[in-house]
Amino acid sequence: MNKTATPLLVAICFWAGTAQTPQYNLGKRAAPEEIHKRDISVAPDGTGLPAGHGNVEEGRYIYKALCASCHGDRGQGSSEYPALVGGQGTLTSKEPVFTVGSYWPYATTLWDYTRRAMPYQRPGTLTPDETYAVTAFILYMNGIVDEKAELNAKTLPKVRMPNRDGFVPDPRPDVPHRRLSSWDKTGIKEPRNHSPRP
Amino acid sequence: MGGYGERSSYEKSIRYVRDSATPGTGASRTPLQDLYGIITPSALHFERHHAGVPQIDPRRHELLIHGLVEHELVFTMNDLRRFPSVSRIHFIECAGNSGGEHAGRPGADPQRSHGLLSCSEWTGVPLKLLLTEAGLRAKAHWLVAEGADASRLARSLPLTKALDDVLVAYGQNGEALRPEQGYPLRLVVPGWEGNVNIKWLGRIQVTDQPYMTRDEAAFYTDFMPDGKARQFTFAMEAKSIITRPAGGQVLDGRGFYDITGLAWSGRGTITRVEISTDDGKSWQEAQLNAPVLPRAVTRFSLPWRWDGSEMTLQSRCTDDTGYTQPTREELVSIRGLRPGPDGFGHYNGIKIWYVHRDGKVSHE
Repeated sequence: MNKTATPLLVAICFWAGTAQTPQYNLGKRAAPEEIHKRDISVAPDGTGLPAGHGNVEEGRYIYKALCASCHGDRGQGSSEYPALVGGQGTLTSKEPVFTVGSYWPYATTLWDYTRRAMPYQRPGTLTPDETYAVTAFILYMNGIVDEKAELNAKTLPKVRMPNRDGFVPDPRPDVPHRRLSSWDKTGIKEPRNHSPRP
Repeated sequence: MGGYGERSSYEKSIRYVRDSATPGTGASRTPLQDLYGIITPSALHFERHHAGVPQIDPRRHELLIHGLVEHELVFTMNDLRRFPSVSRIHFIECAGNSGGEHAGRPGADPQRSHGLLSCSEWTGVPLKLLLTEAGLRAKAHWLVAEGADASRLARSLPLTKALDDVLVAYGQNGEALRPEQGYPLRLVVPGWEGNVNIKWLGRIQVTDQPYMTRDEAAFYTDFMPDGKARQFTFAMEAKSIITRPAGGQVLDGRGFYDITGLAWSGRGTITRVEISTDDGKSWQEAQLNAPVLPRAVTRFSLPWRWDGSEMTLQSRCTDDTGYTQPTREELVSIRGLRPGPDGFGHYNGIKIWYVHRDGKVSHE
C-alpha cells in the first residue's frame, strides 16, 4: 500500500461509521486464554462470575482460618479493621454502622472484592469455590441468606442486599453560596452553584 | 557533579505520613505550605495506597484492553511509548482530602488539612486514542480500569469521560512515574477523585454497565442526612487554601507579606480567587499567577500589610462554570455531619486561618 492510500482508507472507515481499522497497528491481539486468565471482574448482574459453588458451612471454616484474625470471629471487626456484620436499620440513626450487611448494595461486590483483594496478606489466592463459600458465610452472619444457602453464578446475583436502594446519583452542585454585599459592590454576578454541570 | 541530583541538604520539607495498622495501606500528605508555583515535586506527591506499592519491571508490564471492542489488544510499555504522546498539567486530589475540616477537626497546617492534593505534568497517550485503536462496539458505555497492585484495585468510568480527557500516563514531571504514583503506567482522570486515577494500570475492560466495585459501590460514596448515599460523585469541586501565611507559621513582625495559596476545580478553570482578612465581611480579588490551566492548581497571591492585630485569613475561588466555593456552614447544612464508611468525601469548604497578636498563625 502506498503512503497516500493509508490515510484515505482510514478516513473511509471512519466515515462509514463501522469498526475503525487500527490506525497505528501497535500492540498485538490478546489471546483468549490470556484474557480469560486476567479478567476477574464481576458485574452486579453476574457477568464474569466463574463456575463453582460454595455453602455457608464451608465458608465458616474458610472464614475462621483466613478472615477472623482481622474481622473478628463473628465479623464484628475491631478498632483497626472493618466490621462485616451488623448495623442493619442504623443508617437513619444518630450513629450509623456501615457493614457489608447494612450498607453494601450488591452481593457481587462482596464476591468480587473478596476474590481480588482478600485475604490482605495473600490476595488473589482464594479459588472460586472458596470465594462463593466465604461470601455465603458473611451473608449468613448478616441474616441475608439462610444456613442452607449455596451460592453459585446463578444464585449470587439474585441475593437482594438490604441497602440495595440506598444510593442516589450525584446531584452536585448542591451547596448554595450566600449572596454577600461585596458581590453587589463589585458588580460580580451572583455565584451559580445550581447551574447545570458542563 | 552526580548521576541523579539531590536537593540541598538545608531543605527538609517532607511528606507527612501517619502510621497505619495495615502495612502498605495508608496515606502520605504533600507539604503544600512549602511549595512554589503549581508543580508538586514528584518526591513530595501525596500517596494513598490500598495494598502497598508493587515493584513492576516495565519490560514485563502490559496493558490489556478487552471487552466490548472490535480488537482485544495488549500493549507493552514500548508499544505505548510509540503512540503520539501529550503532556498536560493536572492536579490529583484524594476524595477524602480535608474531610477532617468537614468533621469539625480542622487541620493545623496546609499539609495536614489539605495535603492529599498534588499537581504534576503528566505525559502519556490519550485513552481515546487507544480505545479508538481497539474499536468500541455499539453497546460500550463504561469501562473498568484495574491496577496491578496486590488488591487489583478497580474502578468503573463512563466512556464519555474516557473519550474526553483521560490519559494513560507513563511520565510525571519530565521523567518516568514514581513507583508510588503507579510506575510504569497509570490512569490520569483530570479533575476526578484520586481513587479513579488507577495506578499500575494493567487492564481496561470495556463494558455496558458500571461493575460496582467495592470502591464505588460502598466506599467513596457520600453519606447524606436522609440515610441515602451518593454514588459516582467523581468531580472534585472548586476549592482553595491559603498556604502562606497559614497554620503552623509565625509572622516575622508587622509589615509586608504576599499572601499566597492554591485554587483548583475538577470542573474546569479557576476564574477568580478572593481573599478576606476581616472574617468574611469584605473580599479582595487576588491575582491569578500564570499559567491558569483547567483541572490544574492555580497559584494566587495578594499583597498585604499586617498591622499587628488579630485577624482571620480565608480564600474562596470561583471556576468557569460560575460555581463559587461555599463556607463550611453552607456545606454542612446540606450534607450533614454523619460520616460515611470512609469518613467525609468531596469536602470543599472555605479554609480559615487565625492570625494572633504574637504573629502565630493557627487553625482555630
